[in-house]
Amino acid sequence: MTKMTIMGNMATALGAKLCRPHVIPAYPITPSTLFPEKISEFIANGEMDGEMIRVESEHSAMSAAIGASATGARVCTASASQGIALMHEMLFIASGMRLPIVMAVGNRALSAPINIWCDHQDTISERDVGWLQFYAEKNQEGLDLMILAFKICEDKRVLLPGMVGIDAFVLTHTVEGVDVPDQKLVDDFLPPYKPEKYLDARTPITFGSFGTPEFYQEFKYAQVKAMEESEKVIDEAFREYKKVFGRTYQKITPYRCEDADMVILTLGSMSGTARAAVDILREEGKKAGCIKMTVYRPFPGKELIDVSKNAKVIAVLDRDITPGLGGALYADVAAQFVNRTAHPVILNYILGLGGRDIVINDFKEIYDKSHQALEKGIQNPVEWINLNKEIL
Amino acid sequence: MKITIGAINDKPGSSKNYKTGSWRTLKPVINLEKCKKCWLCKQLCPEGCITKKEEGPQINYDYCKGCGICAHECTFDAIIMELEER
Amino acid sequence: MTEEKELFACGHRACAGCSEPIAVRMILEEAGPNTIGTICTGCLEVVSTGWPETAWEIPLIHAAFENSASVASGVEVALRQLGRDDTHVIAFAGDGGTFDIGLQALSGMLERGHKILYVCLDNEAYMNTGIQRCSSTPLGTSTTTSPAGTYSIGEDRQKKPIGAICAAHCIPYTATATIAYPQDLKKKVRKALAVNGPSFLHVLVPCPTGWRFSSEETVELARLAVETGIFVLWELEGGNLQNIKVTKKPKTWRPVEDYLKQQGRYKHLFKPKKRQDVIEKIQQDVDQKLIELGITKET
Repeated sequence: MTKMTIMGNMATALGAKLCRPHVIPAYPITPSTLFPEKISEFIANGEMDGEMIRVESEHSAMSAAIGASATGARVCTASASQGIALMHEMLFIASGMRLPIVMAVGNRALSAPINIWCDHQDTISERDVGWLQFYAEKNQEGLDLMILAFKICEDKRVLLPGMVGIDAFVLTHTVEGVDVPDQKLVDDFLPPYKPEKYLDARTPITFGSFGTPEFYQEFKYAQVKAMEESEKVIDEAFREYKKVFGRTYQKITPYRCEDADMVILTLGSMSGTARAAVDILREEGKKAGCIKMTVYRPFPGKELIDVSKNAKVIAVLDRDITPGLGGALYADVAAQFVNRTAHPVILNYILGLGGRDIVINDFKEIYDKSHQALEKGIQNPVEWINLNKEIL
Repeated sequence: MKITIGAINDKPGSSKNYKTGSWRTLKPVINLEKCKKCWLCKQLCPEGCITKKEEGPQINYDYCKGCGICAHECTFDAIIMELEER
Repeated sequence: MTEEKELFACGHRACAGCSEPIAVRMILEEAGPNTIGTICTGCLEVVSTGWPETAWEIPLIHAAFENSASVASGVEVALRQLGRDDTHVIAFAGDGGTFDIGLQALSGMLERGHKILYVCLDNEAYMNTGIQRCSSTPLGTSTTTSPAGTYSIGEDRQKKPIGAICAAHCIPYTATATIAYPQDLKKKVRKALAVNGPSFLHVLVPCPTGWRFSSEETVELARLAVETGIFVLWELEGGNLQNIKVTKKPKTWRPVEDYLKQQGRYKHLFKPKKRQDVIEKIQQDVDQKLIELGITKET
């Protein structure tokens, strides 16, 4: 193990390098650009085998990734925001073909107006494409989740692609201490990718069949079953990771939730701030807790219910928006509880869009607003935090 | 047939299960006496359903759609199109 | 007598008289079974890959419409990384997937120098979706989105010079071919597969459904396209268009009218009244192109 002080993009790039991908098709985009730069550097210096494809667009990055993965190679890439939006149609095809491609993401807002800073709109918008989704709170998690993503996605029971999100700038460009595992340990943890079927002249097969109404639904069902199957594969992989590398991962990580009246659900880097806020709220005698969600797809509904069912209110924080509805995570959480006779009040807070900072005071406001809703009734289940009404 | 992971089809050439011969309204018939075995018909057949035999080209009517390219292109007028009788 | 195995099998659902399978069969016969193919969404995909059947006897991948070139790029690099790069990679695409929506991916593939043969099967419109115009559609062609009418001659733009665009990437080999000249086509496939880098083969594939002619005339139309100079068969090594070598010159060049009048997509040029002006313009364009290629027509 080596201790390094590095930016988030370097952490995901190092995570990728440790997984020994054969092919890395990538296209630069802020804030992920350092990833392809670092991979290029590793290859240029002979520190890494594998080949970059310096494609002319993100669409081609994902297309080349699909071609390479179908040929039997281990493939990773990186992107963000508009780049992921441009990949959109190919993301469906990667999962439909059951190709375990792994993508590092620097989570960034979408145009317009153009904005290069952090929110989760880019990957949240891809929640339906059939990829596993992981969100890192810090750079260490970025590195670890890259290795874990390959391990989980390549499992024969899963065979689906996965994306690992690290928040734009807050993580991608922020330097933190990271333990970089030894190559030997990673090699043992993640054996070479050996698909059963791949493009090979000795055994001609056809990828990309035309699925008529007679068959399409069954293919989709099988794909969804694999996503469901990944739930237990994720748990197994997290357990094994802990054993080999000593670091603990959970689909959701609760903090001071046991007796909490209110739990705050977060994704990504705001989770650390949430814990600090909970500590302060507790000092003030307020029974707050928080939950960090690391795995967003498959959605950890059972775990979420277990941890939060006794709370009076769940405050779901969305760094994304589904216009006309509210936050996407809010809708996901609400769906988990809807058929239970008794459940917490579920409130939604939209915040941190386009790189607006999320600070401890925001959590205090969220606590107060939620408390008020409990006492006086819900005025508006979807509230925007830190909105400058003066310029509206 | 059971579906496969990722809709991968591992039965190369399985299109042969589908007999396109039923599409045909005109049927090419080879006059082997006129045939010079140049195999142009085989080359130009969109179906690839003409095979080389000692005696000359043989049409697999299970697949021939009756497009008539073979008859139209035959340099020796060795193929004629007849009305398909079913 | 031993029979060579067909690499594109019977039972595919192309229209009777379709020339795409003819071209694919010829290309694969030359390339052999040690080949991986990529195709884009379109006629060729729809007719050959309907689950639970496939017409392909080589490994094949279809991903989407605009990216046969970039999928093939991934295949080619993966083969090299996995030590299997003795396998040919052929990217097939239609004219829509090449001239229009796939041009960017194709340019990237050519520029990056992948060892891939890219084959454009050009039937000069979006046939799979019902004969809409494409930038490959020639002047004067009636399609469903460039219909001939009282105020319309049909398509009012020239066909995009795709071969020149590809050659301008200074790739090792660019050529045109068509199904009426199998030996010429196969020789070009052979040359293309032998170069150490990208090659582009533009194949004219007449479409009985979209061009509106009788199914037995497919090969004749391809031949007429060449004999009138509408589609010139040439090849080029490197990026200097001055070095284009014309590989088929008919003894006498026929008037374009002979080609046009045989197709329903041009019938508005002959009825209700003959559009001599449009026919002459098409003829002039052909004559000009032949002069640029250094061909003097015999009278």
